[in-house]
Amino acid sequence: MTVPKDIPEKWFPLVLPLKRNKQKGLNGATSKKKRTEEERKVRANDREYNEKFQYASNCIMTSKYNIVTFLPVNLFEQFQEVANTYFLFLLILQLIPQISSLSWFTTIVPLALVLSITAVKDATDDYFRHKSDSQVNNRQSQVLIRGSLQNEKWMNVRVGDIIKLENNQFVAADLLLLSSSEPHGLCYIETAELDGESNMKVRQSVSVTSELGDQNNLASFDGEVVCEPPNNKLDRFCGTLYWRDKKYTLSNQNMLLRGCVLRNTEACYGLVIFAGPDTKLMQNSGRTKFKRTSIDRLMNTLVLWIFGFLVCMGVILAVGNAVWEREVGFLFQSYLPWDPPVDNFLFSAFLSFWSYVIILNTVVPISLYVSVEVIRLGHSYFINWDQQMFCSQCNTPAEARTTTLNEELGQVEYIFSDKTGTLTQNIMSFNKCSINGQTYGEGSDPLGPQPKRLDFTPFNPLADPDFCFYDDTLLEAVKVGDTHTHKFFRLLSLCHTVMSEEKSEGELLYKAQSPDEGALVTAARNFGFVFRSRTPGTITTTEMGRSVTYTLLAILDFNNIRKRMSVIVRNPEGRICLYCKGADTVLLERLHPCNQELMNITSDHLNEYAADGLRTLALAYRDLSEDEWEAWSERHRSAAKAASCREDRLAAAYEQIEQDMVLLGATAIEDKLQEGVPETIAVLSLANIKIWVLTGDKQETAVNIGYSCKMLTDDMTEVFIISGHTVQSVRQELRRARDRMIEMSRTRDGKEEGVEGCFMGNGFREGQGDSRGGEKQLQCPPPPPSNLMDNISGEFALVINGHSLAHALEADMETEFVSTACACKAVICCRVTPLQKAQVVEMIKKHKKAVTLAIGDGANDVSMIKSAHIGVGISGQEGIQAVLASDYSFSQFRFLQRLLLVHGRWSYLRMCRFLCYFFYKNFAFTMVHFWFGFYCGFSAQTVYDQYFITLYNIVYTSLPVLAMGIFDQDVPDQRSLEYPKLYEPGQLNLLFNKREFFICIAQGIYTSVVLFFVPCAILSDATQSTGVPLADYQTFAVTTATALVIVVSVQIALDTGFWTVINHVFVWGSLGLYFSIMLALQSQTLFGIFPNQFHFVGSAQSTLLQPVVWLTIALATAICIVPVLAFRFLKVDLKPQLSDTVRYTQLVRQKKRKPAGRSVGGAWRGVGSVSEGRLGARGSSRRSGYAFAHTEGFGELITSGKNMRLSSLAMATFASRHSSSWIDTLRRKKHSHTNTPPSASGESSPAPSCVSGSIPPLSNSSSVLSQTLNAGVLTPAALRSQGGDSPGSWTISLGAVQEALLRWKGRASASNSPVKLAE
Amino acid sequence: MVKEEKEIANRPDNTAFTQQRLPAWQPMLSAGIVIPGFVLIGLAFIGIGVALFVTSRSITVLEIDYTGIEKDSACFKCSNADVKNCVCNLEFSIDSLFEGPVFFYYGLSNYFQNYRKYAASRDDEQLSGDLDAFTAPSDSCSPYDYNGNDKPIVPCGAIANSMFNDTFVLYRVVNGANKLVPLDGKGIAWWTDYNVKFRNPSVTPLKNAFNNTVKPIFWPKPAYQLDASDPANNGFINQDFLVWMRRAALPDFRKLYRRITDGEYAKGLPAGNYSLTIAYNYPVQSFEGRKKVVFSNVSWMGGKNEFLGIAYLVVGSLCVLMSIVMLIVYAKFKFPEED
Repeated sequence: MTVPKDIPEKWFPLVLPLKRNKQKGLNGATSKKKRTEEERKVRANDREYNEKFQYASNCIMTSKYNIVTFLPVNLFEQFQEVANTYFLFLLILQLIPQISSLSWFTTIVPLALVLSITAVKDATDDYFRHKSDSQVNNRQSQVLIRGSLQNEKWMNVRVGDIIKLENNQFVAADLLLLSSSEPHGLCYIETAELDGESNMKVRQSVSVTSELGDQNNLASFDGEVVCEPPNNKLDRFCGTLYWRDKKYTLSNQNMLLRGCVLRNTEACYGLVIFAGPDTKLMQNSGRTKFKRTSIDRLMNTLVLWIFGFLVCMGVILAVGNAVWEREVGFLFQSYLPWDPPVDNFLFSAFLSFWSYVIILNTVVPISLYVSVEVIRLGHSYFINWDQQMFCSQCNTPAEARTTTLNEELGQVEYIFSDKTGTLTQNIMSFNKCSINGQTYGEGSDPLGPQPKRLDFTPFNPLADPDFCFYDDTLLEAVKVGDTHTHKFFRLLSLCHTVMSEEKSEGELLYKAQSPDEGALVTAARNFGFVFRSRTPGTITTTEMGRSVTYTLLAILDFNNIRKRMSVIVRNPEGRICLYCKGADTVLLERLHPCNQELMNITSDHLNEYAADGLRTLALAYRDLSEDEWEAWSERHRSAAKAASCREDRLAAAYEQIEQDMVLLGATAIEDKLQEGVPETIAVLSLANIKIWVLTGDKQETAVNIGYSCKMLTDDMTEVFIISGHTVQSVRQELRRARDRMIEMSRTRDGKEEGVEGCFMGNGFREGQGDSRGGEKQLQCPPPPPSNLMDNISGEFALVINGHSLAHALEADMETEFVSTACACKAVICCRVTPLQKAQVVEMIKKHKKAVTLAIGDGANDVSMIKSAHIGVGISGQEGIQAVLASDYSFSQFRFLQRLLLVHGRWSYLRMCRFLCYFFYKNFAFTMVHFWFGFYCGFSAQTVYDQYFITLYNIVYTSLPVLAMGIFDQDVPDQRSLEYPKLYEPGQLNLLFNKREFFICIAQGIYTSVVLFFVPCAILSDATQSTGVPLADYQTFAVTTATALVIVVSVQIALDTGFWTVINHVFVWGSLGLYFSIMLALQSQTLFGIFPNQFHFVGSAQSTLLQPVVWLTIALATAICIVPVLAFRFLKVDLKPQLSDTVRYTQLVRQKKRKPAGRSVGGAWRGVGSVSEGRLGARGSSRRSGYAFAHTEGFGELITSGKNMRLSSLAMATFASRHSSSWIDTLRRKKHSHTNTPPSASGESSPAPSCVSGSIPPLSNSSSVLSQTLNAGVLTPAALRSQGGDSPGSWTISLGAVQEALLRWKGRASASNSPVKLAE
Repeated sequence: MVKEEKEIANRPDNTAFTQQRLPAWQPMLSAGIVIPGFVLIGLAFIGIGVALFVTSRSITVLEIDYTGIEKDSACFKCSNADVKNCVCNLEFSIDSLFEGPVFFYYGLSNYFQNYRKYAASRDDEQLSGDLDAFTAPSDSCSPYDYNGNDKPIVPCGAIANSMFNDTFVLYRVVNGANKLVPLDGKGIAWWTDYNVKFRNPSVTPLKNAFNNTVKPIFWPKPAYQLDASDPANNGFINQDFLVWMRRAALPDFRKLYRRITDGEYAKGLPAGNYSLTIAYNYPVQSFEGRKKVVFSNVSWMGGKNEFLGIAYLVVGSLCVLMSIVMLIVYAKFKFPEED
């Protein structure tokens, strides 16, 4: 990449977390209110005039506080959190002596702790924001002031200034391009930071200003621009330049937007139109929402319920107090007089209510929120630290950029993925070719020895050393001078729009608009047909070492409808020839009839290539006679000059000449997937995660990738293509797809006796005629075991086009679309805009209540990343905007499986266990007060010492549960990858939901009953062995507290499944700490200093020496724990979860393996025999993929000579003038667009073949992984080897997993007859 | 070279901790542990339960209610609140030797020493002998902090004010004559209460410390005159005062009054008739309270406590029962041990 590595970081503030933006937005809104900007008037070089409008300056401010405002603002923000306000409220209550049942410090200590931790965190964040703001604001730019260039800081740039940009500089604000150092006022920009497209774009200034040239002229330039107000549309600008009484229309073609980088242009001048917050970049940084996890939301609901519960308890106790005061207290007044102001039992009850609210508040302790944050932080660190998510090539570790979403990673149901740069590396490699019926390229025998990479250098000094090709027969063919082969490569070296740059002799650099073209030209170069340079009228090549210059007569450009491009050249001998390359579907129709035989062979090859997921092109040529050329040339000229229907007439002209061609062969280009993508997708879909690919690519490209990454397979029952252009047609297509699905599943139902009916059939039958019905269809109870295979292989897929998607996303179509799309295994949306990506995500969020994850790498994925529950950025590919907007980032798509299945799953598990235990322990702790209320006249007397109450949550019980919440594991990481089904409980939200919550609460209440009544029954009559009764309050308090601490410690010991040293230290340490703190607080020394504060002096010593007390504690513990133990044992025994089974087998295996040494892999061997690597399952379906990138070609630009420059710097990837964006092009041509379904439904195999051979492979073979782990060091090589280069190893584990899962399922279904779970 | 260094900087540490590979013990509730565990726990509990039950059975308790509500009660005449300085005699007999050492308790019921405001109504600084707190009792003592004349009350607060003030004298009736049974009032309070928590001000004579203060409203005598017979047993370290100040957790409670350990009664109270002379001062009828005296001996585990033994027996048996159920269940749905 040309972007210097350090620059992106400086752009950090450009992508702002939401809150800040919201503030910005608010500010913006207020200023807008003052003066709603309807149009913007900017006069160049006239600051006074422009100042009248009070346009925003170029200073951006993303920080929230300054030193003075920090404390008040931060506190204000923190107290907006309900929990904090609640605790503040409690604190105030506690300061009222009449109701204060607890000392103020029981609340203020934890509250102060929480507030200060948060404040420190906020302050640090804001400090960095200040820093990056000032870094950006203080960048230098050259501003033309009074005729001379002066260095100004970015923040001082004003609207209306003219600034000078130099090569590779970031654009400081949204500029109107005035002039450039390049001819025709052209300049090149890279917009990766803005829209994620890494190719360069051309901008051109209005011709009048481009002539201004030097700065003296510019200084006197006083044109006025009137344009639209600031908005966030990146591809649109509309305005008018008034200068010297003339009007010039301005469009996006004339604009340089902030965030772009100037490339290949020495310098240019621009007029600032929008600055700072008004720039499109800032306007686009989007509405960002504060993301909360579903556990968070559930927790908030539960906390509200608990508050309700608290109020109920308070009311019950207050009523009790009223009754007691009236019946007993009234009579008891001689010993216990009522306070003068309380001379009424009702008032007493009122006070008692508040008193109980105070003492029962510990059901929702503030430490809950802190602990949750700490646990999430811990999990985030584990993600950051994970070596297996570290990419050594890019030297980037995974990064959890948000620390609040971890457990949601364990609940993901939908993944929305970008294609380019995410699934693919965006690297095209020339992989295979078919020349004159002979296929060349990598052998299709993955088990055979790896063929040697060809070395081209001895043969061709101009060869590109990075080019890889493995089949030497092709090189031989070239060497022996096979004419077809020569023609083939000659075509490749001539028929393209690539620009070359030759810095020094032989050091060629190709700049291609699409990577496909680059790959083809590079291939030709290596095989001896080197494209050297071009001028508007010539192409110079070196053919087999001989320099040849062709006269370029015409470029018949590529576009979406033609799906082909041709060049017409005259060779040095004077023969005219048309070379054409294009999609086979189009090209094969235009061949000379004599090609029939060759066409059949080539066509077979094409199918073969397409089945391998390669992007194919067919190549053909036609020799033209001078007359033909002359005639056509005339026609072409007139078409080109036509005022109306120019494009149609051109197309017709092209059509005329591209006939009767002779087939040369076909090329196959591999759009290189990232390492391990198919395996990752397979594992994720085994984990019941649905993957949607949302890409800006063309349908064919997207579908091809779908096949090559195994999202689509030939075993799919059917792939539906939705490409309607109207609402009606889209609706119809969706309905048809659904009907078809119903039909198919019915036939399958019939065939397979309804075994798998639940999955599709039932849902559909119910849903018939009801567009919402489809929503239910996947929510069947756990699919019956035999479904497993079908889940994986034989389902439906949906491909939808951008324009159809636009209709499908309309309000009334949404449900229709969702119901159809969600019934499909795979969904591919092509040609989608960034906004649509976000809309799709929002739609699923709205309709499915499922957790969504969006993964992407470019700025065009930002909106999607922000709207999904979890956004993942792929780092190190395109810009860093996606990473900045994301919640998690790493550099390889395949790390996603580890992030979700290992980290996410663990996080979810840990968080759920944590919450269950946490609510349990607090209910057990607090409810004791409730029972005691019945014995102490509902007087809000606490059972425990106030210090115990203060410390219980923050000292005595916090660490063990934190240790569990951070370190717990039920099964080791490699098992979670081997058994993706382990992920399911998270998706179904099984581990912590309202039901689980009530169970915890019930257990807590049960414990509190035991903890109160057992000591109560025993101690009321008990005495010490000295005869002193034990029923005094302090002994009772110490006994109950000790029993409580012991019971909850035993409970955490039971809950902890993974006892590391830390757990041991924390559990035992907490117990030890309890006893030592208690003894210290009740020591004589402390009492001597503060006699009024430590009433409990001596209680601990006295109490804990009594055998009866210990007998009481033991009894209470047994009564609390024994039922839990029995229940858990029976649950594992009767209804084992998959994780129990896995854990069990793991333990058994470990035991067995110990003597023999661990080699897990061995046990799994010999099961699977699937041995197709990247080649995958080959089906009979016929697909064609052809390689061409997004936009129309640039033949016109080349032939016009506009981008030809004297300087050899030139290499442009230009943009055709009239396509300001591809979506416009698309719109313009939509009526004439034809769609070619990649898979004609009739031809696809109708029923899933349902065999293991078709199952997508799994990565991370157990053997590889465990061996690596055993070795203790993860070498990069070992890491890579998991990536799928070794097909043998993963297929083995795949088979094993399948089998294991099946057995498990089988066992679950036949629960009465024990089934062996064999290894 | 530089690249290599950078690589080292970015690559996460490969430690067991960061890679979450810390060696760990992964307990599993397997049948091999749980079922024998239950049997063991059950048997242990049953064993303890039997021991407790047997011990508890060997303890003798004699409990006599003397509130005087019932007409035939000896103290019926005193139950009228108007009668001052009432004395009543409670006759009872012991059939066999009441093994010693015997402890003599008084008990109150329906008495809420655990009421929050009652519990807070004391001044620990005052009780620890802080003379400043004598002149200015803490607010928590209100309304027993100052008397009507704004004189500070010492000891202040509701607990002290409501101190139990019935007194008992026990006679053994030998051949019609009453023979005094010596009662030992020493060391009936907690050691820490007597030695640490409650201190008299270091003023001699003690009376001077109480200058300018008044006695609690309900008290017949000031604190420095609580025990006329033993000058050392006065002020805040009076044993009876200490016992009273250690407030009870539950509304029905008993407190140690005296030990019977002297001389011939060291082995216990011999069989025979006894007469208890009660100075009936403490009114409880107004709140339907009851007063009682309790004689009891103790074992290693304290006083009589049948509940504890029974609870242990029940829990133990349930554990054993549970283990049988689990065994059956386990045998039926056997976990595939073989793999």
